[in-house]
Amino acid sequence: MSAVAGSSGLASAAATEPRLKVEQASFAYAATDKSAPTFTLGPVSFEARQHELIAILGPNASGKSTLLGLLAGMHAPLAGRIALDGTEVSKLDARARAQRIALVQQESELLFPLRVWEYVLQGRYPYGRRLRFESEEDCLMAGNALAQVGADALRDRWMDQLSGGEKQRVILARALAQQPLLLLLDEPTQHLDIGGKVELLRRLRKLTTERRYTVLVVTHELDLAAEFSDRIVLLHKGKCLRAGTPAEVYDRAVLEEVFETPLEVEMRASGRPHVTLRGNDYG
Amino acid sequence: MPLEAKLETELGAPKLSVAQQSGSFAGTRAFRPLTPRRLLLICLMLLAVLFVAVVIALRMGTYPISIREIVLTLFDGAIGRRAEIPSDYWLVVFGLRLPRIALGILVGAALSTAGAGYQALLRNPLADPYVLGVSSGAAVGAIISLIVVPRLPGAIQIAAFMGAVATISVVYFLGRRGGQLDSATLLLAGIVTASFLSAVIMFLMTTLSGRDLRGMSFWLMGDLATPPSVNMGWLYFLLAIGVGTIFGAAADLNLILTGEQEARHLGVNVKRVKLVVYVAASVLTGLAVSVSGAIGFLGLLVPHVMRMMFGTDYRVLIPASAIGGAILIVLADTLARTVVAPTELPVGAMTAIAGAPLFIYLMRRRVR
Repeated sequence: MSAVAGSSGLASAAATEPRLKVEQASFAYAATDKSAPTFTLGPVSFEARQHELIAILGPNASGKSTLLGLLAGMHAPLAGRIALDGTEVSKLDARARAQRIALVQQESELLFPLRVWEYVLQGRYPYGRRLRFESEEDCLMAGNALAQVGADALRDRWMDQLSGGEKQRVILARALAQQPLLLLLDEPTQHLDIGGKVELLRRLRKLTTERRYTVLVVTHELDLAAEFSDRIVLLHKGKCLRAGTPAEVYDRAVLEEVFETPLEVEMRASGRPHVTLRGNDYG
Repeated sequence: MPLEAKLETELGAPKLSVAQQSGSFAGTRAFRPLTPRRLLLICLMLLAVLFVAVVIALRMGTYPISIREIVLTLFDGAIGRRAEIPSDYWLVVFGLRLPRIALGILVGAALSTAGAGYQALLRNPLADPYVLGVSSGAAVGAIISLIVVPRLPGAIQIAAFMGAVATISVVYFLGRRGGQLDSATLLLAGIVTASFLSAVIMFLMTTLSGRDLRGMSFWLMGDLATPPSVNMGWLYFLLAIGVGTIFGAAADLNLILTGEQEARHLGVNVKRVKLVVYVAASVLTGLAVSVSGAIGFLGLLVPHVMRMMFGTDYRVLIPASAIGGAILIVLADTLARTVVAPTELPVGAMTAIAGAPLFIYLMRRRVR
């Protein structure tokens, strides 16, 4: 629909102020208030603009989810600053934050069966009045969100009867119903097969380009991240090793050290790097 | 029968065809969000059923009185024409049967709403004040207040509330495993706490048998035969506050049911909502137990039946459970009064006899 407007806006958006600014942000977890921190993150710095898709990469326990929690405003950073359009995210009140930032996590198990449309309408909560009777605008927005992820036909299905890929799309639709500026996804590809992964990332790429979102995806998929993202933030043991375009970040020596696996990085004609396992190290 | 039709009848509704799934009729089906109108309609419908149940309950008993006479008596009573009513009708309807029904409505509404509240807070469909031991805790509190301050009005309600709060706190912490609330552990913790507290009740009742503490079966099973010592208006006032508080948090509870993390991200103040609803559900449990003992299974049964009928939206579920609980207990108590007349069964025995098997059936049917 808005593909034309989106692509013409792309060039101008790149020139504008970054929407999300992460400046030397750090965080620490400790078992109790007084004990030494068991995990520290940061300092991390990067920026993200409208229409940009950023991938956050790193092995397990590298601090990806912690960083996402900071970006979502769940905790305040210990030091540094995370600002969305100039406002620190941890200082936004819950409702204002939910109108600006949507976080897609591995969804909890549903206790009672829920229809897809009911689930997506939950995304309208931050806009609701007392008791949250949904308005026509809410239905319109939720319908819109379902259409954006191509899940219109799922509207009347039960959540627990969807396939993994369908469910992931519906969860994404609920996040889009929040009309967020910043869309955060925590390992959305985890339980999808390769076809589902590619489809999801292609969809995210399209949404990022055509709509006003800034998208950050935490993922393990080196290749897909290189293929679909504008910029990459590489984390390792709580430190931000690199942040930049895929071509800048994908350095063989760095990736090998981070993932502790012999890898091959080749640059494609498209300018996007391609990662393979180095085969001759087996046996 | 052609194969396709046969498959349809056996497998239920036909699956969407590929053409339909690809969205050729996208947008033609509207969302059906809850409207205040629909909520009101559901409540009015349930209130009508409650009225019928009340009339049936008024009809049953040793003194014969026809349904026509009951309705006329109620009508005249409601518009204040007491002089028009024959005095024995007045006595039977307003003096004897209606107070007991009013007590039942209070208790049924309180326990069902508390059950629905606990189910959302603990994210456990089997949570119920009785199963979790909260009712027994409230009973222990009530008995202690009868021992310590037997004549102080309202003390029994406060003590029952405190007993309920203490028990749900203990069960909540016993039900955690590795910092996470575990569904099975929670229920086991509740069941063990309930038996422990039942033993405490038996101990208290046996050692203090000379005092006026009501019977053991009252506290363990519950019945509606004893009129409360406090003004009914006050009890209804507390009921309205408790139910109203949980109803006010209904939209938040919907999201908490989907997942606490997600609710937080969508802007729900999860901690505050949980605290408020815990207190309100415990007030309701304490209120019910202080006047009727530990009647079981209502909080389990009624919200589930209401979910089957009206869906899982708490904005409907809370008022529907309150009225539905009232309907169920009025009918159950009528049965308890009549099946083995002139002897009476405790109403708690009726709800358990009806509740347990129906619950098992509902649970098995719910599993897809």
